[in-house]
Amino acid sequence: MNSKETILANIKNANRPNITKLPNIDILHVEYEDKDEKFSQTLKSVGGVASWLENDSSIEEFIEKNYDDLGLIGTNLDLNITHIKPNDIDDPHALKDIDLAIIKGEFAVAENGAVWVKESDNTNRAIYFIAKKLLIIIEKNNIVNTMHEAYKKIKFEKSGFGLFISGPSKTADIEQALVIGAHGAMECRVLFV
Amino acid sequence: MSELGHPRLAQKFASDTKRMHWHDKALWFVREKRDVQTHSLDEWEELRECADKIKTHTLENLAFYLEEFERNTRENGIEVHWAKDADEHNKIVLDILQKHDASKLVKSKSMLTEECHLNPFLEKNGIEVVDTDLGERIVQLRHEAPSHIVLPAIHLKKEDVGKTFEEFLHTQKDNSDPTYLTRAAREHLREKFLGSDASLTGVNFAISETGGIVVCTNEGNADLGASLPKLHIACMGIEKIIPRLEDLAIFTRVLARSATGQPVTTYTTHYHEPQRDGEMHIVIVDNGRSKILANKKYLKSLQCIRCGACINTCPIYRRSGGYSYGYTIPGPIGSTLGASHDIKRNFTLPFACSLCASCTNVCPVKVDLHEQLYLHRQDVVDLGLLDKKKLQALKIATFFMQHPLLMDIGGKIARVVMPLLPRSIVYSKYNIWGKNRELPKFPKNSFKELYKKRKR
Amino acid sequence: MKIGLFIPCFMNELYPQASMDTLKILESFGLDVEYPMEQTCCGQPQANTGCAHEASILAKRFLQIFKKYDYIVAPSGSCVSMVRYNYAQFLEGMDGFEHIKNNTFELIEFIHDIIKPDSLHVSFPHKVSIHNSCHAHRELGLASMSEKSVTPFSKIKDILEMVDGISFATLQRNDECCGFGGTFAVTEEAMSIAMGRDRVADHIRSGSEYITGVDMSCLMHMQGIIEREKLPIQTIYIAQILARGLK
Repeated sequence: MNSKETILANIKNANRPNITKLPNIDILHVEYEDKDEKFSQTLKSVGGVASWLENDSSIEEFIEKNYDDLGLIGTNLDLNITHIKPNDIDDPHALKDIDLAIIKGEFAVAENGAVWVKESDNTNRAIYFIAKKLLIIIEKNNIVNTMHEAYKKIKFEKSGFGLFISGPSKTADIEQALVIGAHGAMECRVLFV
Repeated sequence: MSELGHPRLAQKFASDTKRMHWHDKALWFVREKRDVQTHSLDEWEELRECADKIKTHTLENLAFYLEEFERNTRENGIEVHWAKDADEHNKIVLDILQKHDASKLVKSKSMLTEECHLNPFLEKNGIEVVDTDLGERIVQLRHEAPSHIVLPAIHLKKEDVGKTFEEFLHTQKDNSDPTYLTRAAREHLREKFLGSDASLTGVNFAISETGGIVVCTNEGNADLGASLPKLHIACMGIEKIIPRLEDLAIFTRVLARSATGQPVTTYTTHYHEPQRDGEMHIVIVDNGRSKILANKKYLKSLQCIRCGACINTCPIYRRSGGYSYGYTIPGPIGSTLGASHDIKRNFTLPFACSLCASCTNVCPVKVDLHEQLYLHRQDVVDLGLLDKKKLQALKIATFFMQHPLLMDIGGKIARVVMPLLPRSIVYSKYNIWGKNRELPKFPKNSFKELYKKRKR
Repeated sequence: MKIGLFIPCFMNELYPQASMDTLKILESFGLDVEYPMEQTCCGQPQANTGCAHEASILAKRFLQIFKKYDYIVAPSGSCVSMVRYNYAQFLEGMDGFEHIKNNTFELIEFIHDIIKPDSLHVSFPHKVSIHNSCHAHRELGLASMSEKSVTPFSKIKDILEMVDGISFATLQRNDECCGFGGTFAVTEEAMSIAMGRDRVADHIRSGSEYITGVDMSCLMHMQGIIEREKLPIQTIYIAQILARGLK
């Protein structure tokens, strides 16, 4: 027998009961009166910032107003600012000097400040983690209460990579002191447009 | 390590009272943060209930789900390997690396690879292994093992870290500011990431239905590692399987809240395909798990999602430190897994517990931790591993307890004699109770005597 | 209804007054209470050390002695927990086991859940802090645990609130283990002492005069530390508060 067969045989021989059904996980869960407000608060508590684009303003204007020193911008979005397109680059190592990555989020989760990111057309995952700063753009009102609602919206049919990002990267490995900016982004902003 | 056993190593740790209290407070702080998160959810207990049922169901049907997982994973273009034990796991990893001429590996946290002692094996075979989780990197530089599964360097003070970084990363002398040190580690490890040939991550959840894995981190180290070099290896125990994608709703809600008191980890990354032009391998490891699966008493320990909440809440762990357990995983979950793994070596671990049951109730997947430790003690006795003197004393006590008259006489003698003895005899070195505690005052009469008198 | 009084072995020998107070309280409710003379120990020390054989002998003995009573009441959370949750391994299926399992109560639990008095005629004008001993707390469920997300409650406090003049001090850690743990107190002496000292320190910091609780064993451990280190606090078993002035 090869190892797979041995392991599976051992598992089958383990003589476990077979009585527990998979539970229905559609349980009653917390719902927030003002999901925008809850998301904003939660994101703040994990070191991020949520903003809402004013109606007569553009993403470009927002960037100009909110980032002093723009540096190198990387984004696959069609924005009218100087940037490089990660999709045009073969080697992800070449993204190492990007200061600000601008990416598209699908929806936000109020209970934990997370944003679901799944850019099916993005070919360079590193962009999410390698940039110093992260700006996630989401359509307004795309906020769910909890992860229960979130996972109802998630599918892996077209492409296989997706992630929740909740604020900037962080660590508390030195004496439990929270430090923002471990290996990933040191700053994370979510912009609703 | 465990030659000394938990009591001696714990005593050593606790003898530095100040440091022990510092350690206790650091972990209690995490427990309190966890409480704030969990108490704010009315559905918390229901989430635990669901998590428990999903895991119980999965373990009952584990072979089915593992095969389904393998099938779906392969369809997604990910290669799957099976390892019976630690040795085979290590060889598989080395083999994959060698096939790709990879000599520089960046690794994110994986307790499984700690359990398999992967790092020394790879290093012996000429692979440079860099642990990239900050805490793990700190202990790796110090040639230490993690003292906690979520907070690997929780036993160290910032000054200790400062000294280590001074030596290895050439940081400023006597600068132990956590932000400064974290920045230094970021720079140092950024170079390692960029220079690596392959990455290795653990697996938090393996989804059978969709054939993908989920890795949760706060630092982004697993994620950065798995998106720079073209080769990604993920190692998982057979128990990491969950049936459905939607089950993640439950597990992502309980994991970080229980672990660090965060609403969710910064990155919850789902891998269902290799990166562009890359390769992804998953190694599924047994290493004693199917043996635990066969033992009804300890089966539920395989439900563990490695959040560390039982460790943070354990009043003994907080005061004895991770190394006092002498096993890869410390605290209540480590004590039961260690005893299941090798009870002869770890026979003191089931007793490193006052049976306070805080662990069982803090556990987000309802592992019956204190009950398992209680039952492991019976195995220790059955195997003749309990201290002979203690066993003899309990046997004698049991004899007395079957004969009330003897018990009454014994009690009477003790109550008459004890007060007459000089303190030096009562508090001799054989009186372990009395080393740091007074004995209660011996009364003239027992309750039974008073009861009889009163009746008359 | 006939009550069998179950006095833990160490309390019989070392704490006759606290045991007597337990009896007095039960009798003050007009109950018919009997102390079966042949009782000794429930077997918990053996069971918690892994000596299942020895524990099973004592469990069977306990069953034979106590199964004839309508209720069995004991001044100890951990001994009752032994009967309710750990006896099954030894007694499952035996005649009378279900009865003793369902009808053995810790004193406060019995007063709170079965007697349900509206008032108690007793006064104790002191500030007390409650020690939530683990087995009473997390297994018998005498109060809400800090680990759980439930509406806070405490049966112990409910009963103590009927005492005139009593006031309560608040602890920083409401339900941490004191480190007694039966044979743990000796097997892991260093841990036991460290935990005990920290627990006592929390009670002292709260401004409490008396640590009270439903398990004399935990109190014995903490009192031992208090006396050795001459600390400014005392322990008092809960029945000794409730039985004040009873004959």
